[in-house]
Amino acid sequence: MPEIDLAKTSVRELNAALHALTDDSNQTLWLVRNPGGKHAIAAGLDAPVTIEVEGPVGYYCAGMNKQGTVIVHGNAGTGVAENMMSGEVWIKGDASQSAGATGRGGLLVIEGNASARCGISMKGIDIVVKGDIGAMSAFMAQAGNLVVLGGAGENLGDSIYEARLFVRGPVKSLGADCVEKELTPDDHRILKDVLARAGINGEAKPGDFRLYGSARTLYHFHVDNAGSY
Amino acid sequence: MCGIVGLFLKNKAMAPQLGSLTAQMLTVMSDRGPDSAGFAVYGAGSAETVKLTLRIDHAARLNEAFASRFGFPADLVQRGTHVVLTIPHALEGEARLWLTEQFPGTHLVGAGTRMELYKEVGLPGDVAAQFDLPGMAGTHAIGHTRMATESSVTTDGAHPFSTGIDQCLVHNGSLSNHNAMRRTLIREGMRFETENDSEVAAAYLTWRMREGASLSGALTDCLDDLDGFYTFVVGTEGGFAVLRDPVACKPAVMAETDDYVAFGSEYRALAMLPHVEKARLFEPEPAKVYVWEH
Repeated sequence: MPEIDLAKTSVRELNAALHALTDDSNQTLWLVRNPGGKHAIAAGLDAPVTIEVEGPVGYYCAGMNKQGTVIVHGNAGTGVAENMMSGEVWIKGDASQSAGATGRGGLLVIEGNASARCGISMKGIDIVVKGDIGAMSAFMAQAGNLVVLGGAGENLGDSIYEARLFVRGPVKSLGADCVEKELTPDDHRILKDVLARAGINGEAKPGDFRLYGSARTLYHFHVDNAGSY
Repeated sequence: MCGIVGLFLKNKAMAPQLGSLTAQMLTVMSDRGPDSAGFAVYGAGSAETVKLTLRIDHAARLNEAFASRFGFPADLVQRGTHVVLTIPHALEGEARLWLTEQFPGTHLVGAGTRMELYKEVGLPGDVAAQFDLPGMAGTHAIGHTRMATESSVTTDGAHPFSTGIDQCLVHNGSLSNHNAMRRTLIREGMRFETENDSEVAAAYLTWRMREGASLSGALTDCLDDLDGFYTFVVGTEGGFAVLRDPVACKPAVMAETDDYVAFGSEYRALAMLPHVEKARLFEPEPAKVYVWEH
């Protein structure tokens, strides 16, 4: 198992080694020590391998991740898993602003709280936050599921398109064009599936959540396109 | 960019550690602001005296000149390029005037009963070492690492800015109405040393508090009167405050325990604090005033 000590090796060297991995690599588990909050750790990964990071990471950790699994035993800075395409990112602590921003696929699980702008412009990613999320989360969210076991800050889902926002706790306020919706059987099934993938099989039930989404009244949304999302 | 750190001790027994912890926090924020750094430390003081932190040429001459002018020896402590001159409160105005006349080019970096303020061009770790920040004790400290955007890399452009007794402010962001606000404040009698937008924010708070506002009230007024983006950390003689603009453009993370409240632009600036793993960790909400006071 490769072990990289970021007190001795640069993030650039670590990322170059990760970028060189192929789909059939035998080095499927990597350990990264002393991350020290450095930025862009394991960004641009494109191989079915697991990276475990022992400590806090800075900005854009696991950004653009494709196929990989990145587990951070600590807190994450701004933009964790931004623009993730596929794979999984697990944050054992808290995440800073813009977690999962613009993510297109994959699963981001934050065991602690996420702060402002969680899931901003999300485009298909599934995000599960076990704690609370901050203000302006899911701003202009387009597709995917944001599941929050705690509460949400102000202006949730402002200018939202078609993402689903499942929140179990209180929501301070909803942003423009974001409304509460009835959970359909489909929503129920989708939520149950996301919870199961995040390893939540009893501590929260789909029935405990409220669903928020687009009222579709903003001028640039046309209902005929609803099936495209 | 720019990096901010702040540490407000609730547990007075930690006072001897204040400087070394602040120095470590500041050094970690070097990547965010490698061109200059500064810090304010609220240490020992007395109600009868005021400390003037000066950046002064011919510091060696100051001792003798002061004694012959005021008839008693100067209480001087030199640290790097700065000198802290402690004088009786009653002599403050007279001494400041005398310094301007006898030592032209002297910069008054800050004044306070307890506040000392140091700033210099260079890497934050070097700046902290040059002034022996690790050896300083006190109740609270605020620091800044600067990546200059709105004005040039000079010692004057470094933060914190102090525009009132025991008051200081550090800023990450950029104000868009600072020229108009500076003119307003000049009409209100405030004086400016630089063209820097952050100095305007500091002077705005000094003006509000001079007009009777509390620290919390002055910061609430900022939300109406200052345009642009900002994360402010503010120190007063007994207070420590944080405000982010309504969009919360600039990063901020805080840790609170029974012993301290700490601020960092990124979590890594807090990672070395004692028992931070047990702290209540949160990011300040947009447009919300946070104040802690002794």
